[in-house]
Amino acid sequence: MSYAPADIAYGAKLYDAQCTTCHGANGDGVGGIDLRAGRFRNAVTDQDLMRVITNGIPGTGMLAFRFDAAELDGIIAYVRNMNTFDRASVKTGDAGRGQAVFEGKGGCLRCHRVAGVGPRVAPDLSDIGAARSASSLQRSLIDPTGQMMPINRPVRIVTRDGRTINGRRLNEDTYTVQILDGEERLLSLAKADLREYTILTASTMPSYKDTLSADEIADVVAYLLSLKGR
Amino acid sequence: MTMAISRGNVVSAFRLRGTLRRTLALSAVPALVMVASLQAQVGSDRLLNAAKEPRNWLMYSGGYFSNRYSGLTQITPANAKDLELKWMYQAAVAGGWQTTPLVADGIMYLTQRPNDVVALDAKTGRVFWIYRYTLAPNQIVCCGANNRGLAILGDTLYMGTLDAHLVAIDAKAGRPIWNVAVADSKAGYSLTLAPLVVKDKVIVGVGGGEFGIRGFVAAYDAKSGKEIWRFYTIPGPGEPGFDSWQPCPPNPATFCDAEAWKHGGGSIWVTGSYDPSLNLTYWGVGNAGPDWNADQRPGDNLYTDSVVALDADTGRLKWHYQFTPHDRYDYDSVQIPVLADLTWRGAPVKAMVWANRNGNFYVLERETGKFLVGRPFVKVNWSNGFDERGRPIQTPQPAGQPTWPGNQGGTNWYSPSYSPHTGLFYIPAWEGYATLFGGTPVQYQEGRNFGGGVNRPYVEGGVPGAPAVPGLRRGPINNWTEAAATGAVLAIDAATGELKWRFAMTDVTDSGILTTASDVLFSGGREGYFQALDARNGTLLWKSNLGAQITNGPITYEVDGKQYVATIAGLSLCVFGLRE
Repeated sequence: MSYAPADIAYGAKLYDAQCTTCHGANGDGVGGIDLRAGRFRNAVTDQDLMRVITNGIPGTGMLAFRFDAAELDGIIAYVRNMNTFDRASVKTGDAGRGQAVFEGKGGCLRCHRVAGVGPRVAPDLSDIGAARSASSLQRSLIDPTGQMMPINRPVRIVTRDGRTINGRRLNEDTYTVQILDGEERLLSLAKADLREYTILTASTMPSYKDTLSADEIADVVAYLLSLKGR
Repeated sequence: MTMAISRGNVVSAFRLRGTLRRTLALSAVPALVMVASLQAQVGSDRLLNAAKEPRNWLMYSGGYFSNRYSGLTQITPANAKDLELKWMYQAAVAGGWQTTPLVADGIMYLTQRPNDVVALDAKTGRVFWIYRYTLAPNQIVCCGANNRGLAILGDTLYMGTLDAHLVAIDAKAGRPIWNVAVADSKAGYSLTLAPLVVKDKVIVGVGGGEFGIRGFVAAYDAKSGKEIWRFYTIPGPGEPGFDSWQPCPPNPATFCDAEAWKHGGGSIWVTGSYDPSLNLTYWGVGNAGPDWNADQRPGDNLYTDSVVALDADTGRLKWHYQFTPHDRYDYDSVQIPVLADLTWRGAPVKAMVWANRNGNFYVLERETGKFLVGRPFVKVNWSNGFDERGRPIQTPQPAGQPTWPGNQGGTNWYSPSYSPHTGLFYIPAWEGYATLFGGTPVQYQEGRNFGGGVNRPYVEGGVPGAPAVPGLRRGPINNWTEAAATGAVLAIDAATGELKWRFAMTDVTDSGILTTASDVLFSGGREGYFQALDARNGTLLWKSNLGAQITNGPITYEVDGKQYVATIAGLSLCVFGLRE
């Protein structure tokens, strides 16, 4: 289904004014719900969304909102396009050319993986276009460390028997940490078994600010936005 | 522990004190080495020999023979009383959670509603990743957002989806590799079963028996997702079996349709089995459409309510056996085909044992489909015995009279178990359960219910308005009592169908059954108890009240030398092991 650009822009303003208090600017402010990724708790269709917005959900923080029909259309159009709509009107180019840069000159597949191709050392990007906005992706290409999600910070672990493990955290709690190590193994480690556990804040990804042109970066962003995992 | 001084790009770090380090290092070495060395790909050779690595649970029913039987022996009838909860994992979406987890080299993979995949540490329950499949709007499913699990091959997991897609997912990264449309979800097709991997193919079937689908089994190339073969469970014109859909003159009053086969049902919503020595896969086929008004589809209605034996490479039909010809009771034959090498009348036989929704227990010869044994395991009055070829002699009840078993059957999709160690076949059964069936004409409309019946529950004594046993789920109060139905684990001689013991439960059961080489049987039920029985005699060894209905089949596995048993109650995946 396609939504009119005007509806999306209209909905973005309404969303900022009415919805961000609870749902947050990124749509993930309420636990278990990610509006931007299309993950809802009580709705599947646009009609469901309309019903939830109009009636609220009794017993929860979700209030009943009095929007008119055009406003409802706008809100839903925006919610359905949050992952691609970009206030800064980030320039996006051609996805096909972007794929060529991604796989060729950019060398992205040396670390990243898309649809089963490439290593798992860096985050799998098969559905990155459903999770991140154009501006966020552009920032990642220009300033990888500044845009690196904290969960992706590289970790360096030394076990009590002296083995060094480098990898990327997938999950962590008080007693354990789950990582994907440099040899692409899923490891669940008890912290009591570790001698050293270091979290680094510098991304190992290079900046493409000077190695790709503005057009090439726009093309790569368009390609990444096209990766929806479906 | 002391925190190391942060420098530059380090946000946090710790070092263990030197003395502690030296003491603990000695015990840490073996465990860590083991985790690293055992994490290997699950090749097709490992699937073939799954029984040789009982520490893992590599496919829906544990192995290709679908015995839901494990060679693990650490938990025994003597020590089962020492079982305790080790960890839980809670899902967020309410509704029956029917999945069977897989366990491969210390990592558990499972599905949760509606079509999420979760990878977690099988020892602690901590999550590595969650893949959330985004469904197309408006799925059409009869019975909720059910999914029964995954298949694995190499480093790839396979999941069927409610909107009738098949998705390949990277087992390490939790991200999609390919995604193909298997059928049109707008016409009521869905995938709820765990796929079956055979060699380099992923084999699935479609649900939608309440929506007038034309069912099929299809195989896909595991690498690319390309469809390799498809077998329609409802034969088309010119195909063998098509004459079992006899002409029915079109009539707007009866909705009789000359092309009833096009909406003939025959769904496949439970995983099949595989015999490598015969290269045959076996699939239980669902009800005919419409479910209850059989007058709209004269004939036997092949291959509904049948088992079909399909060549694993080509999908060609080798043989079939129909349990309920011209079904008017919704007796899906979606039970797990359980393969067992038995001694029958003094001679070895490659057998298939089957407790059917229609209340009868069967033994078939699995190379040819020859009927060997058929006898009721619960009260049955829709049929009375079999002719010499194994066809049931049907005895339909007069209008207004109860039919046993009732609509949900003497059993249903809940996994049974066969223990080669005891020679017994274990059935989750609904006893004393009947329905007043009433077929009514129904017009086929795409995506709309095509049941064609108004059925009433039968409660002993015929008290008007008396509560009846709910079809799918229940709350914590049983107010229908034994007058509506009771549950049981039945242990029968796999070669003869003779009852050996019976573990009676007040309420009915939707739980599968697991047995082990140490003769421990695990099962649950709607009451929420998870219990261990002595597989030899049915003695209760241990029980735990998990507080909600158990709706999946238990599994067992081993990590770092310790045996675990996993089941699901309500929203909770519960994992038990022996007290240290």
